[in-house]
Amino acid sequence: MKKNRNVGIIGVGQSAYSSHREEVNQPEMIHEAVAEALAHAGMTIDDIGCIVHGNMELFEMVHQPDLWHSLGMGSVGKETLRVTTGGTTGATICCTADYLVASGMHDVVLAVGFEKLQEGHTTGGITNMADPLWARQLQTGALTGMTAAAVIEEFGEERAKKASMKYRIIMDKHAMKNKKAHRRLGLEFDQADDLMVNSPALVGELRMIHMCSQSDGACAVIFASEEKARQFRKNPAWIKDHITVHREESFGCFGDEPFVLSHRYAAEKLFARNGIKNPRKEIDMFEMYDPSSWWGLDWLREFLLFNGDEHLKMVENDEITIDGDFPINPSGGVTASNPIGATALVRVAEAALQIMGEAGEHQVPKTVNQALASGFGGTLWTVLFLLTREAP
Amino acid sequence: MARRVGICAVAQTTYERDKWHQRFQGMALDVVEALRQQVDIKFSRHRPEVQGIDMTISVSDDVFDARTISNNAMTDVLGAHFGCEEKVAQEGIQALYYGLAAIQSGHNDMVLVLGHCKESQAASRNMVTHVAFDPFFTRPVGLDFCAAAGLQAQAYAAKSGITDQQLAKIVARSRKHAAQNPFTPGLEELTAEAVMASDMLADPIRSLHAWPVSDGAVGMVLAAEEIAVKICDKPIWITGVGNSIDHFFLGDRDLASNRALKEAAARTYKRAGITDPKTAFDVIEISDQYAYQLPMWMEGLGIVDEGKAGQWIDGNGPDTLHVNMSGGMLAGNPLILGGLVRAAEAALQLRGEAGNNQVENAKTALAHGVMGPAGQFHSVITLERN
Repeated sequence: MKKNRNVGIIGVGQSAYSSHREEVNQPEMIHEAVAEALAHAGMTIDDIGCIVHGNMELFEMVHQPDLWHSLGMGSVGKETLRVTTGGTTGATICCTADYLVASGMHDVVLAVGFEKLQEGHTTGGITNMADPLWARQLQTGALTGMTAAAVIEEFGEERAKKASMKYRIIMDKHAMKNKKAHRRLGLEFDQADDLMVNSPALVGELRMIHMCSQSDGACAVIFASEEKARQFRKNPAWIKDHITVHREESFGCFGDEPFVLSHRYAAEKLFARNGIKNPRKEIDMFEMYDPSSWWGLDWLREFLLFNGDEHLKMVENDEITIDGDFPINPSGGVTASNPIGATALVRVAEAALQIMGEAGEHQVPKTVNQALASGFGGTLWTVLFLLTREAP
Repeated sequence: MARRVGICAVAQTTYERDKWHQRFQGMALDVVEALRQQVDIKFSRHRPEVQGIDMTISVSDDVFDARTISNNAMTDVLGAHFGCEEKVAQEGIQALYYGLAAIQSGHNDMVLVLGHCKESQAASRNMVTHVAFDPFFTRPVGLDFCAAAGLQAQAYAAKSGITDQQLAKIVARSRKHAAQNPFTPGLEELTAEAVMASDMLADPIRSLHAWPVSDGAVGMVLAAEEIAVKICDKPIWITGVGNSIDHFFLGDRDLASNRALKEAAARTYKRAGITDPKTAFDVIEISDQYAYQLPMWMEGLGIVDEGKAGQWIDGNGPDTLHVNMSGGMLAGNPLILGGLVRAAEAALQLRGEAGNNQVENAKTALAHGVMGPAGQFHSVITLERN
């Protein structure tokens, strides 16, 4: 693969995330993010050539919502593109924006992800993705206890539950530093034993406290060609590479055993083609799409290509905290804020802010030269981004 | 200068009123199999030495499919297991805009495009487009794309003087070509008189002025030039793309102004290096969802002079300029696929595979797609063969 030209992220904007943004409608909420991204990049809407939009229509039951959202995005008279891929949407529209700029079709592209989950029924909406004949009766939205059961089976109940609760409390401590985060609970580590027993059970050992939120919110990110990026900003976050990996709709229908998670497959390929031999050492921080603390814990092993209990040790040894050796989700991650169509875009946006050194109170206290951001969606789909401080 | 991108294979299902016997996955699979007859498509991602599809762009709509993440059901069908599949949730012609960028970026060499839609699954497609309106101001009024088109047709008729006779002539001509198009079976030929006797749908739009409810799927294989010339004999090159979006609220627009289409066309012509659109194309495929749109969009494209489209119709202009030789969207394609099918039909013309509707020695073409209330969004693409 030889990229036509470099693309950098030069502006990031986010609305405040909350369970109920009832004081704004969809275009107004999007406008908050767009206005902030433009201000952050030091440009106006006139500098934008194309606007990419993404979310899931059935959550709010609006058909082709980019039409209405032209009001809040400032897209009137501009080129637009609407691309959606379920939970990965936010990261997918980063791929889209990257292609549009790298190809030379546009110098500056704005990507907008949004969701206003209070306007629909999130678990009902997700259940509705399943095949109406074969799978819908079995689907429980995004709620599954399988990963919790698997981690408990492999590492024992006590160690697994403790690690997953510790992961969750670390995420909440990060969210406490991020004023825009939706759930900022103020959890302390000594609450872990209580929560892992008394938090309401959803499915098996997946409890309410482990699970991501249902949020209203929008995120906007501005992508620019190298020439434009340098013109507007000293410290763009560069897109080094990205990869998209889907799995089949009907698990196992192609009969490939052992079951390889799309996260591991994506990471292996992405690292190999970028010469990364030891991701744990060579990558400085990671914004992961972690829909629950069980998944976050388990997927850490997949993304970093571990095979043993290294991922549990990373949590147990405080390596994933904001001031640890391998910070994960200094923003608080998805268990704190989850406006689904924006969620994966927020991962890329937050990783870019960390590279720029502009994440504010939740900036990691070290130079971030290389950052990873992941999106998750569909039937175990992955979009994985590699961002760098130096232009590729 | 970014590399050229060619359309290497084109396939589609028939478009019919109600394909009750087939799920949308089945329609899509038929198209994939037909594409595989034309070019050797490989999906082997585990072996990088095999030249195969790098990326799949599907086109569908969650509301029409009544499924969140409607493309979730496409992964298996499109060979995207362990690969990349992304859904364009906009007018389908935008999949070509996206595919062009994806290949010119250098990230991808071969892209599979596949759109599907079953309009028949909704009790009324107006129920689907109704929810495109915002829930506060315009949805409570009961608007849908059909009602919005009626308002635009009124405004355009008042400005251009287009008549009921001229609109009827457009429909009769479409049906004549549709009868020769193997992908639009089951449409009877109509006289202009029969069209003028049909019920009023949204004054001045009559029921026979509207595209028939239809189910179908369409696909293409795109490739970078160095691959395209290897895998097929007659690649069709994408020479220009462009789109634009107008204001959302109908009251914020001049409905007869063609603003978005003019901007989309200007961008496309600029990218394609076209200075005189009136003479640039051997074949033109326009998304005429309603009869009034054929003359209106032709004016917006700058191919027919503004206010002269009525005369142009009377003088058999569509035959002279080879507009919608396929029958156009009036012969029936699902709403979100109209523009992608126009591009497919244009590509078939350039490949010399348009059967009885073939235009002799066609070398250049324009295809157009439209989405949103009263043509809020337009997308234009130009094609040529060697």
